Amino acid sequence: MASLAIKNLFHEKVRLVVTLTGIVFSIILTAVQLGIFLGFIDASTDLIGNSRADLWIVSRGITHVEQGVAFPESKLYEVRAVEGVESARKHLVSLGAQAKKPDGSDEGVTMVGFDLDGGMGGPWNITQGSVQDLEQPDAVMVDELYAENKLGVTHIGQVIEVNARRARVVGFTRGVRIFTSQPAIFTSFKNGLSYLNLKEDQSYYIVVRAAESVDLQELKTRIGEKLTDVEVLTRDELVFRQGVYWIFGTGAGITVLVAAVLAIIVGVVIVAQTIYAATVDHIREYGTLKAMGATNGYLYRIIITQAVLSGLIAYVIGIVVSLAISRVSLEGTLAIIVNWRLAVALFLLTIAMCCTASIVAIRKATSIDPAMVFRG
Amino acid sequence: MNAIEVRDLVKTYGSGETAVHALKHIDMDVAEGELLMLMGASGSGKTTLVSIIGCILSATSGSCKIHGVETVGLAQSRLPKIRLDNIGFIFQAFNLFPALTAQENVEIALDLKGVRGSSAKARAAELLERVGLGEKLRTYPADLSGGQKQRVAIARSLAGEPRIILADEPTAALDSVSGRVVMDLLQELAREQGRAIVVVTHDNRIFDYADRIVHIEDGRITNSVAGNMPMENPRAMQASTRIKRES
Repeated sequence: MASLAIKNLFHEKVRLVVTLTGIVFSIILTAVQLGIFLGFIDASTDLIGNSRADLWIVSRGITHVEQGVAFPESKLYEVRAVEGVESARKHLVSLGAQAKKPDGSDEGVTMVGFDLDGGMGGPWNITQGSVQDLEQPDAVMVDELYAENKLGVTHIGQVIEVNARRARVVGFTRGVRIFTSQPAIFTSFKNGLSYLNLKEDQSYYIVVRAAESVDLQELKTRIGEKLTDVEVLTRDELVFRQGVYWIFGTGAGITVLVAAVLAIIVGVVIVAQTIYAATVDHIREYGTLKAMGATNGYLYRIIITQAVLSGLIAYVIGIVVSLAISRVSLEGTLAIIVNWRLAVALFLLTIAMCCTASIVAIRKATSIDPAMVFRG
Repeated sequence: MNAIEVRDLVKTYGSGETAVHALKHIDMDVAEGELLMLMGASGSGKTTLVSIIGCILSATSGSCKIHGVETVGLAQSRLPKIRLDNIGFIFQAFNLFPALTAQENVEIALDLKGVRGSSAKARAAELLERVGLGEKLRTYPADLSGGQKQRVAIARSLAGEPRIILADEPTAALDSVSGRVVMDLLQELAREQGRAIVVVTHDNRIFDYADRIVHIEDGRITNSVAGNMPMENPRAMQASTRIKRES
C-alpha cells in the first residue's frame, strides 16, 4: 500500500514537480505575507515589548505610545510609594521630532527618552557604544538600518540636529525597527525633555518594575487606585493596545492584515487544487483497486499517504526558502519574521490542507462509476 | 454447482418519467468451469450486468448469488470482501498501475488479501510464470506489449484465487495472436481449474472459446446459444438451459 503511494508519487517526475511547485509556492507566499505581518507587529510594538518594564502608566485614553500626553512628575512619587514597586522611572516616546540631515533635508524621528539608571525603556541590540555614553549632553543612539539612509549618519561622533538642537551620535543599535519608518533615536530622559520642548517636571509615561514575586494584576490595581487621569497597563496589555491601533486603526495595518489573510486563502486554495488534481489524476487506478476488493479505508490510506508525502517534501523546500528570505530581510528595514511558531503553524496548515483536499478527491474514488473502471 | 445465479434482476437509473431501465428481469446462471461470453451493442446493459455480478453496482431488485451468497441488498461495506474473496477482474484497458512493475502489480492484489513481503513476491513471480511472463517481473507496464499487459492483468486477477473471473473486452486492444494467447489462458482457467469465466466481448475472433454465448439487448437477454461447449462439462450445459429467452 505504502509502496503504491510512494511509487505513484515519484513515477511521473513532471507531475511531481508541478504538484510540489504549487504547494511550495503556497507555503512561501503564506510564510512571507504572514512574516511581513509579524514584522509589522514587532516593528509597531517593540518599543514596549523590549522595554523590560512590567507596568506602563499612561495618560487616560491614549491609543498608542507615540501619542504621548504629558502629565506632572508628581505621579512618579505616588507610584514609588506603592507597595510592590521596585522601580519607577519617567519615560518619553514621541513622534513629534524632526531630524535635519547633513544635506539639509528633514526627517521625522521617533524620540525615546529614558532614565539611564532605570534599566527600562532603553535601546537593545547595541552594536557600538553603550547606554552610559548617553549620559553625555546631546548624546543620542540611532539604528544602523536607518542611520545613513534616513539620517545621513555614517559614524560615531557625527553630529546632526533634532528639533533644531544639536545631537551627537554616540552609539548604534541594529534591528530596532519602527514601522512608521521614522527611526528611533534613543537619548537620556533629560535630553529627551529638551528635544521635545517639555518642562522638567513633565513626563509622557512612567515605567514600573515590580518587586520580585509581586502579582502584577494586584500591583496594577493598587497603583490605579492611587492615581487619577492615567491608566495603568501591563506591558502585554499595552503591546496589545498598540498592535490593535496600528493594525486596525491605520490603513497600513489593515493593508498588511488583508494581504496576510489573502495569502492564507490563496495558499490554501492552491494547495487544495494541486492535491485534488494530483489525486484525481489517479482516479482510474483507485477505481481498479476498488474493483479488486480494496476497502475505502485502503484507498484513504494510499491517497492520504501521497498527500502527506507531497506536503512534507514541499513544506521542507518551502520553509527553507522562506527562512532564507526572512534572513535576507533582516538586513533591511522591512523584517519578514518567520519564527518557529509560524513554521509549526504552516506545517500543520499544509498537512491539514493536503489531507483535506485529498479526502475531497477520495469521494470521487469511493463513489466511482463502475463503467469508468470497465471502459477503456 | 453454479458460481453465479441471477434471478429477475432489475437495474433502473433515476425514477419517474426520466427513469432508465438498464436491466429488465434478467435470469442467468454461470456454472463453475464455464466460459460464458456476454454480447450486445453498446448500452445494451452488459457492463451494468457485469458490474452487479462483480458487486460494484447495486441492483434495484431481484437476486444475484455468488456461490450461493446473495449480494443484492447487501450492505455496501460487505461488498469489497465478497469481491476480494470471489471475483477477479480483467479490463479492456488492462488497468495496470503504471508506477509498479509487473511483479508489483500482482503484489498489490496479494496485499489486498493480506499477503505481503517475500511470500507475496514469490507468489507474484509464480503467477507471472504461469502466464508466461517469468522474464518480465521487473518490467513496467509501459515497456510491455498489449498482450503481455493483459497477461499481467490475468496474473493479477488470479492473485486472490477467485472462483469467478469477469473479463471486459479482454482482447479488444490486442492483435489476433495476443488475443488467442489471452483466451487460451482464460479457457485453461475454466477447464482445468473450474473457474467460472464471464467475458464481455464484441470480438468474433474468440467466439470459438465460449461454452455459451449470451446476447443482451436493451437490458434483456434475447438469445443464449451453446458455443464450443465441451462434453466433459455437463454442469455448464445444465446452467445454459436455465436461461429464459425473453421476447
